[in-house]
This record gives sequence, C-alpha cells and structure tokens, in this order.
Amino acid sequence: MCLGIPAQIVRIDDAERMLATAEVGGVRRQVNIICIVDDEHPPEACVGDWVLLHVGFAMSRIDAAEAAETLRLLAELGELQEAGGA
Amino acid sequence: MKYVDEFRDRDKAGALRREIAAVTASIGPVRPIQIMEVCGGHTHAIFRYGLEAMLPDMVELVHGPGCPVCVLPTGRVDDCIAIAERPEVILTTFGDAMRVPGSRGSLLQAKANGADIRMVYSPTDALALARQHPDREVVFFGLGFETTMPSTALTVLEAERDGIGNFSVFCNHITIVPTIKAILESPDLRIDGFVGPGHVSMVIGTAPYQFIARQYRKPLVVSGFEPLDVLQSVWMVLRQIAEGRAEIENQYARVVASGGNAAAQRAIGRVYEPREFFEWRGLGSIDYSGVRFRDAYSRFDAERRFAVPGVRIADPQACQCGEVLKGALKPHQCRVFGTACTPETPMGALMVSSEGACAAYYRYAAKAA
Repeated sequence: MCLGIPAQIVRIDDAERMLATAEVGGVRRQVNIICIVDDEHPPEACVGDWVLLHVGFAMSRIDAAEAAETLRLLAELGELQEAGGA
Repeated sequence: MKYVDEFRDRDKAGALRREIAAVTASIGPVRPIQIMEVCGGHTHAIFRYGLEAMLPDMVELVHGPGCPVCVLPTGRVDDCIAIAERPEVILTTFGDAMRVPGSRGSLLQAKANGADIRMVYSPTDALALARQHPDREVVFFGLGFETTMPSTALTVLEAERDGIGNFSVFCNHITIVPTIKAILESPDLRIDGFVGPGHVSMVIGTAPYQFIARQYRKPLVVSGFEPLDVLQSVWMVLRQIAEGRAEIENQYARVVASGGNAAAQRAIGRVYEPREFFEWRGLGSIDYSGVRFRDAYSRFDAERRFAVPGVRIADPQACQCGEVLKGALKPHQCRVFGTACTPETPMGALMVSSEGACAAYYRYAAKAA
C-alpha cells in the first residue's frame, strides 16, 4: 500500500495544474508534482528530478548526495572487514 | 533501475550481515531481541528477499500492523459494499483492497455479483472517471496511512476547485502514531526496537516519533524498502541497543527529510480531522487512529452522502492476529494458520494482503521449508 517507486520527471505538461510526465522503469505516465514544488523549486525546475512516486503523486525529491553517502558507508564497511580479516 | 539496483548489492548485504552478527554478539546472551517493522512494505521486502535468514537466531523480527488493507475491519468492508451496490455508484479502489473479507464477502465477490467496481492506480484516476460519467456517482475507497492520505486530500481539493459534484471518498485513512502507541501500551509487549515506516515518514517527518525514544526508551530507525535499507536499519537498531541508546534515526535520508513534506502536511490538515476512535481488524478500537473529512469537505464524504449500515462486526474468534501483531506468536503458531485461514480464503487481518505477515509467511516461508 505504501510502496513507492523512483521515477524521473522528463517534461512539465501543465505547470498551473502541477502535472508532469515521469519515466518509471522505461514507462511514461502523467504524475502530479504539487508536493515537490515550492517557491525555490518551481515546476520548470523539476525536469530531470528523480522523485519517489506514490499512487500518481511525486511525494519527495530523491537526494542524490544522501543516496551516495549511504552507499559509501556500506562499501566502507566491507573494506574495513576485509582489512580486519573478517 | 537507478536508486533500486544499487540497494540490492550482494557484497554490501554480506558486509551488513557480518556487522549485524558482530553487534548482536556484543549485546551478549539475553532473551531474543525483538525488532518490529511497523510497515507492511518492509514485511513484504523481508520475506521476498529472505532477510530473516540473514539475521542471527537471537534477533527476531516482529511483523507489525502497518498494512492498511489487512487491518480494515469487517464492518467497514460491508459498508463499502453497501455503497458499491447502489445502482448510481461506480466504486473505485486500489487493487489490493478487492479481496478483504466482509461479513457477506469481498469487493471482488460484489463485483462478480454485478456491482460496478473498478480498480484504479491513483485517486486522480477516480476523479477522471467522475468527469467522464457526470450521470453517475463515483466513490473512491480511501485507504492507507499518511503516505496515501495526501493523494486523497489533494484529489478532493482538485474536485472542489473544478466543481465536480459527483465525486466522493469513503474515508478509511489511519494514522501511524496512535497505532505505535497502542502497541507500546499493550501489557504483553516484548519489542526492543522498531524499524520505522519510510514512506509515512516521507510525509510526516521524524519528529512525531520522538515520544517512542523519550517516553518508552525504544530505538526507532526510519528505513527504506530495498534489502540493504532494511538490513542497515536492523543493524542501526541493534547498535543502539548495544550502546544503551534509544534514539530516532533516519536510514532513508535520500527520501525522508526530518521535517517531512510541507505541501502534503498542509493538504492533510486542510481536509481531515481525527476521529475519536477507529476500529482495527485484529487490534480492536484505537483512540484517534483514524481521520474523517472536516465539515467544510462533508460533501465529498461518501459516508455522509450515502447512508451506510455502520454495523460493528467482531473478528472471528479463532483468529490470533492480535498476538501475532504484538510478537507474542509467530504466524504459523496461530491455531488457524494455513488451515481455516489461507491467502485464498483469509479469515484474519494478516492473511489478507501480500503485505500481511501471515500471507507473506505462508507464501515465502512455506516455500522455503
């Protein structure tokens, strides 16, 4: 029920109605972007954004730096274990 | 797929497995450590990827109540079917609600008997149907925790803006905090820490969980849904236990901001108000755990537009969902598991959807055995 899927905004369809086209695993569908838009991030700035899509709504912009940081930490765990002979 | 495949990496999972074993060993020989994943999405991921088998025997996962389809009580399903059977109504629903049993069958059976019930991917699809069929009443079966709540609220706001009069919602949305509180207050509680819901937190942020750490001294780690996310979150909970900490941590920072999503929270606040109590399948009534529409939006409330029977129907007595939900029993220890209660003919809440602990256990654990 609460499942979400990463998608990329590829086009703004109607900025006033907050409608955009997103690509989800190679498939395109219309999504609502009202939850990822604010004064500092207007609709036109959303093209190219990776978002978390839930029942037709982009609910969060995925933070690339945070994703990279999580993966870096996990890679480091493995390296530390190897160095420690684990 | 980006942001998916890299969080399923086998080597990193192996590294996490070793860290989990090490930190568990450092906690020393105590009774088994019980960690509850609150969200049904996590339950599904745990079974799909066999994550429990990667944990030491000392660590037990308890599969919590966070599947809104599963916990929907019989009486509400009956009310929904009563609405769907009205000749003017097109009832729209997410697919996973179709098989939830009411006292006279499920939506799927009502559809087979001629009710106009259609599955939709989004509440906006339901609103589009209302635009296409101005001569019919289109009702959306609104279900889910805070993740799904904003989409329903925003769709109602769009219907209001566009003056669409033949659209309404049968609102069964529920909220996470009173639910976790009810679990924490239960006398037979044995949970040592929580893996917290990722997408609910994307909406509400991490602050609403602080009472779990401060008042109940239990750690909670907000988690993503890929295998590495869940393993890392379990590791983070165990580290807190090992170090004697009880804090709210966020493993899923790529999606969850500490303040949540402001636009979604505004939509929720504008459209809904708390119900004094809401009935749950398997858990009974929980105070302030559900929401209804504010008076200003009463015309979009299907419960007020159509009289519903509103009969409260007790859970089947044989079911032990409540004990399984609280970690007192494993799914297969329930007296009707796999016999009277199966995914094809579910009796209890947890057998209903693939996110329910018993259905997941039946499907994956039975296969592995």
